[in-house]
Amino acid sequence: MRAGFALVAVAALVVLPSLATPYYVTLVLPALAYSIALLGFNLLFGYTGLLSFGHALFVAIGAYAAAVLSSKLGVKSFELILLASGAAAVAAAIPVALISVRYEKIFFGILTLAFGMLFHSFLFKFYDITGGDTGIRVLRPSLFGRAYAELDKTAFLVGPFYYYCVALLAVLGFAMWRLVRSPFGLHLVATRENRRKSEYLGVRVRLFRLIAFAISAFYCAIGGVILAINTGQSDPELAYWTHSGELVFMTVLGGFANFLGPVVGAFSFIFLKSELMGMTQYWRFWMGLVLVLIVVLFPRGLVGLGQDLWIRVRRP
Amino acid sequence: MTAFFDILIGGVFHAAVLFLVAAGLQLVFGVQKIVNLACGSFYALGAYFGISAVNWTIAAGMPPALFLPVLLVSGLALGVIGPLIEALLATVYHRDEAFQLLLTFALVLMFQDILRFFWGANPQQLGDLVMTYGKLSVGKVQVPAYNVLVIAASIAIAVGIGAFLQKTRFGRILRATAENREMSQALGVNVRWMYASVFTLGTVLGTVGGALVVPTAAASLDMPVELVVEAFAVVVIGGLGSMRGALVGALIVGLMRAAAISWYAELEMLAIYLVVIVVLVARPAGLFGKPIE
Repeated sequence: MRAGFALVAVAALVVLPSLATPYYVTLVLPALAYSIALLGFNLLFGYTGLLSFGHALFVAIGAYAAAVLSSKLGVKSFELILLASGAAAVAAAIPVALISVRYEKIFFGILTLAFGMLFHSFLFKFYDITGGDTGIRVLRPSLFGRAYAELDKTAFLVGPFYYYCVALLAVLGFAMWRLVRSPFGLHLVATRENRRKSEYLGVRVRLFRLIAFAISAFYCAIGGVILAINTGQSDPELAYWTHSGELVFMTVLGGFANFLGPVVGAFSFIFLKSELMGMTQYWRFWMGLVLVLIVVLFPRGLVGLGQDLWIRVRRP
Repeated sequence: MTAFFDILIGGVFHAAVLFLVAAGLQLVFGVQKIVNLACGSFYALGAYFGISAVNWTIAAGMPPALFLPVLLVSGLALGVIGPLIEALLATVYHRDEAFQLLLTFALVLMFQDILRFFWGANPQQLGDLVMTYGKLSVGKVQVPAYNVLVIAASIAIAVGIGAFLQKTRFGRILRATAENREMSQALGVNVRWMYASVFTLGTVLGTVGGALVVPTAAASLDMPVELVVEAFAVVVIGGLGSMRGALVGALIVGLMRAAAISWYAELEMLAIYLVVIVVLVARPAGLFGKPIE
């Protein structure tokens, strides 16, 4: 049933540009970016049970890698940018993870927050290298070697770039689906459920957590690249701790106990935020209230809520 | 020498305010095992409300020199929000700590707009009221007397909390609850009530800190999220849950920040967070924290 649901969702995303206005399509782009990032994030949070409050760090690494590659080094190929940004994030994730996975629970969260803020202050203060608070421009990449010079910025973003990102989400989502079902994914769940027992059974807990951390960083960086190309800019706010908080917010909003929960969360968060911002300047208050309601009343998120309703409908 | 003294006084002043917020964070974590991201929001609320309270009372005919007691009282009065927020947090005590952390993050978002609603998006200031207390001269260096008063107030509060935790009956019960919640509950401690009081005390420490800092710095909407970053550095360096750690951590962070600002401004937060990471790698539980399992 899940596979069917995923297929329907991808089909809906493919036909969306011909039905919706370009404004909504440009909203879907960040939702796609966050979906990819959160699928990775949830490998660590939902499956491994480690709550990082600093994963915006890797989103920012992806965005800044895209910025440096496209506007400073003249790299145009989107494929190359994706691979290089992902590799940069993994390279940064390994030392961070080596230190962080020695901890669990709140200490893990605080340590990752510290690393995120370290990178944020580097981005913010070292103006000459990073452009300070304005950041670095991100130029439009070429897709499979095609520059699409005939399209203006919006037409490029809602056209070929959009379909590319849908395909990326489908491919990376499928890869993650296989990963969490693989023995590797089951090891991660085992360490979450009972760390000591799985250690006795021979699971190398820290190594597996380190690998999960690196994979999650890779996904976050891919999301960051898409975000940066969509806005045309990478700025230090991407690495700020409140952005990390938003990643957790989205994941819990959708439901971290479900594989597709983060995707649901990313889409609901982006559309809710955009609707609220259109209605009131106090949108943060209402977003906070939504989060309070989710945490207090629906801890299994929107997916959990949907499942409960579905069960009630089927058993009257 | 003068530069050194400026750093020392500036750093200790900043540490005095940071200590108050960090002490609130430590109390709440020590007893309730909740890391309160909204501590910075309480601090900012204290600052904004302090400005309004001083402006109202001066408009009502109070001599400007009395602004310090007004700030203290307004900070204390904000303690009324403590039990309300604690009642909200109480709904998730039985859940995973990720939910507790997220709930305090929701409070950060909501307070951001509550402050914007009441005080607007522009930074607010108290003008140069600080100067009504004049300056103290130590050798060639001049220090605003207000800053010295705040440092003294913070030391007094630190000593007061220490005595309160060590010597009073309530303090002993509090420490026992922090040590072992089930056991103290079994011995008849009203844990619900204990949690509400501790959270309120933590809130008051934050709001008083904000109220005391506002004559020397503008209150802005960035205040809550920026302070959290420093307060976290303090508690991690000092060790989560430890009061002595909050004191030492605040001094380290305050002095380092003052030194970095005057020597090499680019390093400000970077230096602080490098210390955090070095401490966590070398001494995982922080300088004064209990060892982690």
